[in-house]
Formats: sequence, C-alpha cells, structure tokens
Amino acid sequence: MGSSALRPVKESVDAARFPHSLPPDGLTRKGPTPVPMASTPTLPPLLRESGQREVFCGLTSIVWLHRRMPDAFFLVVGSRTCAHLVQSAAGVMIFAEPRFGTAILGERDLAGLADANEELDRVVNDLLERRPEIRTLFLVGSCPSEVIKLDLAKAAERINTRMRGRVRVVNYSGSGIETTFTQGEDGALSALVPLLPSSDEKQLLLVGTLADGVEDRFLTLFERLGVGPVRSLPPRQSTALPAVGPGTKLLLAQPFLSDTVRALERRGATRLASPYPLGVEGSRAWMAAAAAAFGVDPNLVAEVLDPLVERGRRALAPLRRQLEGKRLFLMPDSQLEIPLARFLSRECGMELVEVGTPYLDRPLMAEELALLPQGTQLSEGQDLERQLERVRAARPDLVVCGLGIANPLEAEGIATKWSIELVFSPIHGIDQAADLAELFARPLHRRQLLKWN
Amino acid sequence: MELTLWTYEGPPHVGAMRIAASMEGLHYVLHAPQGDTYADLLFTMIERRDRRPPVTYTTFQARDLGGDTAELVKRSIQQAVDRFKPEALLVGESCTAELIQDQPGALAGGMNLGVPVVNLELPAYSKKENWGAAETLYQLCRTLLREQLPAPGTPRPSPDRWRAEGRRPRVNLLGPSLLGFRCRDDIKEIRGLLGEHGIDVNVVAPMGARPADLVRLPEADANICLYPEVAGPLCSWLERQFGTPVVRTVPIGVGATRRFLAELSAVLDLEAPEANEADLRSRMPWYSRSVDSTYLTGKRVFIFADATHAIAAARIAADELGFTVVGLGTYSRELAREVRATAKELGLEALITDDYLAVEKAMGEAAPELVLGTQMERHSAKRLGIPCAVISAPLHVQDVPARYAPQMGWEGANVIFDSWVHPLMMGLEEHLIGMFRHDFEFVEGHRSHLAEGAPPRQAAAPEPALAAVAGSATAAASATLAPPTVTEGTAVWSADGEAALRKIPFFVRGKVKTNTETFARDHGVASITEEVLYDAKAHYSK
Repeated sequence: MGSSALRPVKESVDAARFPHSLPPDGLTRKGPTPVPMASTPTLPPLLRESGQREVFCGLTSIVWLHRRMPDAFFLVVGSRTCAHLVQSAAGVMIFAEPRFGTAILGERDLAGLADANEELDRVVNDLLERRPEIRTLFLVGSCPSEVIKLDLAKAAERINTRMRGRVRVVNYSGSGIETTFTQGEDGALSALVPLLPSSDEKQLLLVGTLADGVEDRFLTLFERLGVGPVRSLPPRQSTALPAVGPGTKLLLAQPFLSDTVRALERRGATRLASPYPLGVEGSRAWMAAAAAAFGVDPNLVAEVLDPLVERGRRALAPLRRQLEGKRLFLMPDSQLEIPLARFLSRECGMELVEVGTPYLDRPLMAEELALLPQGTQLSEGQDLERQLERVRAARPDLVVCGLGIANPLEAEGIATKWSIELVFSPIHGIDQAADLAELFARPLHRRQLLKWN
Repeated sequence: MELTLWTYEGPPHVGAMRIAASMEGLHYVLHAPQGDTYADLLFTMIERRDRRPPVTYTTFQARDLGGDTAELVKRSIQQAVDRFKPEALLVGESCTAELIQDQPGALAGGMNLGVPVVNLELPAYSKKENWGAAETLYQLCRTLLREQLPAPGTPRPSPDRWRAEGRRPRVNLLGPSLLGFRCRDDIKEIRGLLGEHGIDVNVVAPMGARPADLVRLPEADANICLYPEVAGPLCSWLERQFGTPVVRTVPIGVGATRRFLAELSAVLDLEAPEANEADLRSRMPWYSRSVDSTYLTGKRVFIFADATHAIAAARIAADELGFTVVGLGTYSRELAREVRATAKELGLEALITDDYLAVEKAMGEAAPELVLGTQMERHSAKRLGIPCAVISAPLHVQDVPARYAPQMGWEGANVIFDSWVHPLMMGLEEHLIGMFRHDFEFVEGHRSHLAEGAPPRQAAAPEPALAAVAGSATAAASATLAPPTVTEGTAVWSADGEAALRKIPFFVRGKVKTNTETFARDHGVASITEEVLYDAKAHYSK
C-alpha cells in the first residue's frame, strides 16, 4: 500500500535548513547526542506482520472530515455494520441530525430485485430534499459496496448531472478491505483533487485536516514569515476548493495522504520534504521547509520562530520530566505512530520499545525515519495476539493503542493512551507541543495520583 | 436501501458477540474485514470489560479476495482453537463475508477440531443485533443439547418432580447478556428473590455460563425468560423439546414482580406468595401513595425502548405511578405484536420503528412531560426541553453504573421510582424558578439541569467568582456571552487576542480567559494580544 510511483525523495533532513532540530542544551538525554542530520539511523529490519488487525476502517475518518467541512454530507453506501461502526466511533447522539449517514443495503438490493442504482438515487434525493444546505455530497464506498461492485463513480456522475450544480457529488472508498482508519481522509481528499481548479500561481498548500484554531495559528505564522498565499486541502467550505498547479508547494499536515500527494503531484505540485508538524522540532522544521521553498531569509525564520521554540520547550520541560526514560509501545492505528515516536523520543526522552504502523510509506516518512533513534524497532501491519504477547513480555510504561484494547491492557496493569484522541485533538504546532505531550503524561500522572490504602 | 443516520441495533453478528462475550469458555471466529473489529470497543469501553471479547476476526483485505480466503478462514479457526482452547466454538461471518460465500461454518465443521462447532448463519442484510443474539443462543444450546434430546413421545417431566426428588425447585434464568440493560444487577436481584421463595437457580445464561453449564439446562423445572429479545426462541425450543415450562412474565415493576411470582408458583406447584410481600419488600408502593407523589398524577409520559422495557414501563407508568401514557413504541420488530397489544390496552397505537427522527417527531407531537427511552430519546428530549429517564439499551457507558441498580424485582422497583421521578422533581423545581424569578432573592442565571433544552434567557452577568472555576459550564457560558470587560487594573483584550480566544473550545475558554488575564496582570501587560495568550498558555502548561 502507498509505496509505488512516488518520486524519489531528494534529501532527508538538511542540517542547514533545520538548525533547531536538536534538543536544546540541558534537555539532551544522557549518553551520546543523536545526530540525525549527518546520517540516517540504523534501524533493525522492519517487522512485517500479517494476521488479525485491530484497526478501524477508513469510514472512521468521516468523524473529523464532516466537522472540517460543515457544508458537506458523507453518505456511506454500506451495511448496518458500517452505520454501527461510524456511530460507535463518533458518539453521534450529540447531533440533532448528523452530517453523515448510511444508505443501508437490504436483501432486495443484493438479490437484484431492486436496482441498487435507482435505490441510491432515491435515497440521495430524499436526503438532499431534507438537507438543502448541503453543497457537497461524498458517496463513500464500503466493504459490501466494493464486493458487489456497486459503481459509485457512475452514481456520482449521474447525480451530478441531475443536480446541475446545486450539489457536487464525489465518491471515494472507505472500505475496510482497502483502507485503514486515517486512509479514509486520503480517499476523500484524492477524490477532490480532480475538481481543483488549475493555477500556476506560486502558493503553499497545506494538505490534511487541521483543527481550525491550529490552522489559523499556522496562517498567522506563515504571514509573519512572508510565506504565502497559503491555502488548505480540505478547505473549510467544501465549495472553496484551492487551485493547484506547477507553482504549488505541498506541505503535508498529516502523514497518511499518500494517494492525495500522488494526485496533486500529477497536477504539477511539488511536495516539500519535512517532518510532520508534531512537537516543537517537527513543527519548526515544517514551517522552515515552507519558508525555504519561498526563499525566506533564514534569519527571519529564526527571528519569528525561535522565540516560539524557546517558549514551546519551556512549556514542554515539566512534561519531559514525567515522560523521560519511560518505555513506550505504539500499536498500529492512526498512522501517526512514527511522527509521535519521533516527538516522544527526541523531545520527551521516552524510550521506544516498538513503533507499529498500519503501513509504511517510506517516501512520506523519510524525514521522520531519519530522526528516529538508532535501533528503533518498527513493525508494519499487525498480528494482534502476537503483538500483545510482545507487549506483555516487554512490560512498557505506556502503550498507545485503539479503544478495543485499552481497558484490557489497563486491567493487566499496563498504562495506555487511546490513539483515537490524537485525530480529534488540536495537537499540531509548536504551541501545542506541550498539550500533545500532556496527552501521554496524563495516564502516567493519573496512576501516581490514585491511592487505595 | 434505507437511509440511516443512527441505529438502535447493530448488525446480527454483534448480537452473536454479545453471547460469546457474556460466556466463559466460548470463542467466536468471525469472518470479517478489518474495521469490523470496532465492535470490541462496545465491550471494552461501554461495559468497561477487562478483556477483549473472545472473538477472532479473519480481517481479510481486498488483496486476499483474489486468493484463497477460505484458507485464511481455516487458518484463523485453527489458530483460535490452539490459542484459546475453547470448550465450544462459534463460527460465522459479518455482512461482507456473507457476500463472498466462504461458508466458514461448513469449513470449520470439516476441520476435526475436537470441540463442538456452531455454524452461525445470521443474515446481515435482513436481521439485526437482538435477533442475532437470540439466534446464537438458540443455535449454541441446540448444538450442545443434541445428544440429550428426548425421543419423540417421551412424557413431559412433571413440574413438581422436585418434590418427588426430595430437593428444592430449580430454574434457569435465560437472556441476561452484556450490552443488555442492567442485566448484571437484575441477575443478583432475581437470584435473591427466588432464594427467598425457596427456589434455586440451576443455570444463568448466557451471562457467566460456560458451554458445560448449557448442557445442564434441561435439569431445571422451569425456564425464566428474563429478556425475551435474547431468550425467547431458546425458551420456546426447550419447552417444545424438553417440556420445560416457561415463565414469561418479566418482573420489572411491583405488579409485574407479583405476577411473576404468582406465575412461577403456579408452574412449580408452590404455595402462592403472601399478598403483602410487595409492601414489605419494596418502598415503591408507599412512595407512590405518599402525598408528595400526588403531583405525579396524570403526568404525560412518552415511552420508547426495546420491547421488554417498553411494555414494563407502560404498565408501571399507568398502574403504579398514575401517569398518563401518551406514546408507546419499540424498535424491537420481533416483539412488535406484544407492544401493540399493550398500547391497545392503553388506548394507543404503538410506534414500531427504528428511525429515531420518527420517534422524536412522535415525541414532539405527544407533548409529554416525561420521556422514558433510550439514550437517543434522552437527546431528543433534551432538544425538546423535556425531562427524560433512560430505561433501555442501546447502552451508553452511563448505563453501566458502578452502584447496584437493578430494574427487576423489589429493589428494581425502588430504582425505577427514583430514576423516573427525580427528573420530574427537577421539572417542578424549574416551575418554581419560573414562578419566583422576579423575587429579589432570586439569583439571576440560576438554572436547573434543563438549561440546555430550555428557551434561552437573558445572558447571565459574568461572575468572576464562578469564572474562576476551571472547566465549569457556568464559567464557560459566561465567558462566551460576556464581552471583554475593561475595569481598572485589568488588561484589555486586543482584537487579535479576542479572536484567538474565540477559537479555543468553549468548555475551556473560561479557564483560558481567566488564566490569561491573571498572567497579564502579574506580568504588567496592558493589552492581551494573541502572543500574550500563547505566553500565558505556555506559562500555565504544567
């Protein structure tokens, strides 16, 4: 998955461009200081696993995508299981009427008694009549719709023609047989790429959903750096799609967008190589990468960002004291595992026992991999029971895992951090680094607080 | 094809998971794609289970579809049997696997696993969770009891054989399962009630049972069908095949508990219980007769739940609390007939639907003063500004309380009185607040728990004392409503500072505002810009 046809990455992290990638004096760990700039660390062979995978499917990403684009509706074409999954993951009861739903296939649709296409048109009609404010309708394919080969692309085309511009209909697959958890966003965004207008204008395109507040903060900082214009995919209004073309520099806010990047590159855009904007170091490098691409004087970059870096590190320091030396095991889930591992090891001093990832897209992770400590054990895919055996054997201080496993591990005496919170919380940027660290420190802190005697 | 924004019941294989996870020594191999593993969190998060459900998913992917998924199924089955060594194995498929027709149950049957294998065929495109649970329990028992089936024409055991055998009568409690409403506590309550009447419990199933326990089901003198949604088909089959009589009255409410005991005594040929038992054992009859309860008279109540709890609630509301039932419905289509009959007795037409928006609409039209429903009706009622008590699954983590809170039996009646009447007490308080709000003693901004649903009133004046309470809803609300204040010695919010403040989630905004102002004051900052806000954030980030 996600490995073919990517252009070779030019370089890993460039010391000249990221002079602040090293932990500041006084915060470095005991022992040899890691010098990732000079050489890529030697990592043990990747542990490739295939077996039972305990991860959500791509449908789950609807939960944050619908919040990003309040004028869009996500209609899963699937089964009762799909509906139940999305509502279980999202806690949808808080919505009077959520902006996502499921067209549940019935026996009649499968037996061919009802033309599934006609049925889908009817459901879409009813929906749009009821929700006239919807501007973009995402038809989201699922495992059952993929297996019965229901052609949602054709359906989208058909409905588009009928709606004559009132609503734009696009389709993508969030099926569990093809996508894991965050890959659903990749599907949704790559479905939007063909709709983006063309433009040769030099611009920075932030790719991947960020919390609005975090995004505003980045926009402010880019303005101070003189980087711009800056646009975002996905946009806040589904109809306000950014343009793309040879002048577009892509800066990935999220690491799980392999297909989207490829599609944007085919439209002429260039990806800026950088670590992801998690933690002080990653966020600084991320903004600096954009500044470098826009020819900003490194002195200005330092002037604007270094005070933030200093402040961010100050905020991080007490959390680092709680996390330092603690052993961390990341189970594969959100695809954020590698950047998180980099942040938690380099800036918080945690020791990495195993860093799992649902799939490893080496080009998109190159800058992150270069920053991992020597000897970090990566694993790709999952064989759940065997991985749990490794967890039990290693007795880490903290396990990052999905909701299905967290309480069982806690009951075995192992502290956990639910990974799903990481995709809902504003965690990106220098100013959020301490908040991000706090998410991991909290379970450990809580264990210290609780007393029963 | 049916548009669904939210659903009361999951797919039927989740029902099968409920049976597997409720029992010990049973394992379920589920042919399903990755993603379907979400169902684990229903048990580990909502029920706070300390272990994963005993389910092995094949988690096949698209690339497996070109190859041999049947081989994957067999490998998963073998690994599950080797690792978990179950006493019996359920094998089935979820919606997607049903389409690719690997027939995992048949595959398992041919594998010589050395344990009983139950081939579950749960049609995912026409059936739902409760049906799946009932079918699984029934098929499991059928498989395990195959060898004990009496020959045709065998006389039925006499219901008072316990007397001849010189022992106490014994019964099975059938139906309690994980993700069922208060099952854990109902079992304890009913076990105690039966004990008081000299009746032993033979087997409780599925909750807590092992496959070996199910083999002992026919040893009971009667089966108690506690939750018809899950145990109905099994009870009928045991009655047909083994001649075990079924007690079908569900003991929720004082009257139903009395009828339950009367039915049980008749079936087991026991002496009828004392007429005053309810008054001696439950406070509810007296609480309902006491003068304080007169204001409950004729309260309009709207009920929507699974069939078991909807029917019970309607009877309690009408007969034991003197409410007027203005709406009754269920999402349990399998038991729609029973709910319709109860509705008819109350002069109503039952609402049978799984569309929560239809329920909300009916609720609005019925204009009730109290809603008894599921978590979804709680949300609908909140939007309509109506008090609500939750009486039925689907479960929310709040529905699995730490304390003992049964619905069944005498204590269950007490719990029901409290949990239904307390929202109304608050409703009365709301009324008083409305009456006295112009009195000078009245603190403006005082709101009951109904604030979210009630029509908005004038914005409460910001109260510094309250705003200091970090994370308090009141503080957040006043922070949202109040314009930035300028008083002597207080820093002024700049436009960009205010804009940044507004982007902070409302539930922490009050705290951030106070902290930032304190920070500004301590540092002699006159104007709170965005940068000051972030400086303060970093300062307090410890």
